[in-house]
Amino acid sequence: MIDIVLLTLLLVVAIAIIRMKDLFAVIMLSGIYGLLSASFFVAMDAVDVAFTEAAVGAGISTLLMLVVITMTGRSENTTRHKPFPALLLVVITGGLLIYGTLDMPYFGSADAPVHSHVAPRYINDSMQEIGIPNIVTSILASYRAFDTFGELVVIFTAGVGVLALLSIVRRPIKGDKIAAVNDSMHEQHLVIRIVTKILLPFILLFALYVQFHGDFGPGGGFQAGVIFAAAIILYAMLFGLSTARIVINQAFIQLIAATGVLLYGCVGLVSLLNGGNFFDYNFLSNDAIAGQHLGILLIEWAVGCTVASVMIIIFFNFADYRERQLSNENQHNQESP
Amino acid sequence: MLVAATLAIFVAMILAIIRGISGPTFYDRILAVNMFGTKTVLLISLLGFVMGRPEFLDIAIVYALINFISVIAVLRYSDTNQFKHTPGAEPCNRKSTEKEP
Amino acid sequence: MDIVINFSSGLCLFIGSFLCVSGGIGILRFPDFYTRMHAVGVTGTLGAAMILIGLMLHSTDLLVFAKLVMILLLTLLLSPTTSHVLAKAALHNGLMPKLSQNTLEQSSLDLKSKETASSKF
Repeated sequence: MIDIVLLTLLLVVAIAIIRMKDLFAVIMLSGIYGLLSASFFVAMDAVDVAFTEAAVGAGISTLLMLVVITMTGRSENTTRHKPFPALLLVVITGGLLIYGTLDMPYFGSADAPVHSHVAPRYINDSMQEIGIPNIVTSILASYRAFDTFGELVVIFTAGVGVLALLSIVRRPIKGDKIAAVNDSMHEQHLVIRIVTKILLPFILLFALYVQFHGDFGPGGGFQAGVIFAAAIILYAMLFGLSTARIVINQAFIQLIAATGVLLYGCVGLVSLLNGGNFFDYNFLSNDAIAGQHLGILLIEWAVGCTVASVMIIIFFNFADYRERQLSNENQHNQESP
Repeated sequence: MLVAATLAIFVAMILAIIRGISGPTFYDRILAVNMFGTKTVLLISLLGFVMGRPEFLDIAIVYALINFISVIAVLRYSDTNQFKHTPGAEPCNRKSTEKEP
Repeated sequence: MDIVINFSSGLCLFIGSFLCVSGGIGILRFPDFYTRMHAVGVTGTLGAAMILIGLMLHSTDLLVFAKLVMILLLTLLLSPTTSHVLAKAALHNGLMPKLSQNTLEQSSLDLKSKETASSKF
């Protein structure tokens, strides 16, 4: 019942997103979409996915898209080309996909391959093999450690890509000018600044809680990293980029991002050197369970560090680009009359 | 009673979505998103109790935080010129535009 | 004792859900942005608080209770802040409240002076 209502709402929001021309409204609606799909995941009992969707889909991606929108402009360009061939292609592909789903087992049926192949092993044996109550974490960090490594590398590559594209034209930034812009902005934001000051330690602490609590409940490196980054981004938005850079400077955060990936790889290498397979944590310590705990702890740390710092890098670079754009415009305006 | 409250929250969410889709100005949309976020927090806390899984509350906390952060971000980046509310600039903007001389 | 707790939690939940629905109707039916914000702001704070208090009365575990208190505090802290910031940004960017035709000219003057005043904060 709840599922049907939520899915209908999702569909309505998706159609509204397609029909919108105002990109800003699209971002707002995609925020709603993220929240909705996260509640859907909660209703389906997929707590970890809901957690990630809340932090990433409704939080960080909205933030990043907003920054991009302020650079690109607000309204969507009208398309010139005829969309009919594309529509035909999409209809055919969609029809084939739906035809394909007819062969799939019914939703929730007990003899589906998903439920008969590896899932019973994870559910029954993970407590003995890994010794962690949250099965999702043990799958993510131990059974499927290689996949997670791939995800981490993808995130790291995204950060490197943003760095390569946006920070080429890095000039020494005129500190006082940006500080002046920021000061004028801060005069208006007294209330949120104070509330943010109260809130920031709490958010950071909560991020750490999520990081360490991943073994026992929903949470883990990805979510914790995103929450941590969101806190830093909140600070940077309200107190100015240059102030935030004093707290966390660019070189340091790049170092952290790289260190995370390196740490993850090293855990695999150490287990390899100790005579096991790549990412076989049983060999990290004398005791297999202790080795698993150590490995998962290290890997969650690595993931958290990289995710947080890559998010911060992406935001800083976008916002930096935008501030430079703004200050250029201001200069231009001052010179022209 | 828990189920009834869940249903009430659902109704409120649906109404907020309608406002978010139709909302004439973009502040209405932000308002709708904000309300939707609050209602999601409540919905998840309620679902946690209905389904007997109190660890859902962690997610509710994240939602409350993320909702605040994204609304602040929206407002922080809306004070550039292109979001100045000039009456008539957006076609379906608001009904009170005619009052400007 | 049990009956009292059940009854009061039911009452809280009822008030909360009533407020939430009325806030939803308010956001849909009120004529302009500021009145809608009133609907959301008032009912959002009290409605959320009522529902959370109702859940607190239900909770048996101390950890759950503490988390609910945390969510309640967060809501009470963040929701008014958001409303304040939203209203101020809307006013700054020149969104006028919809008023009856007679008071319009006067109020637009008022608003301008208010805008200059609010920029000092």
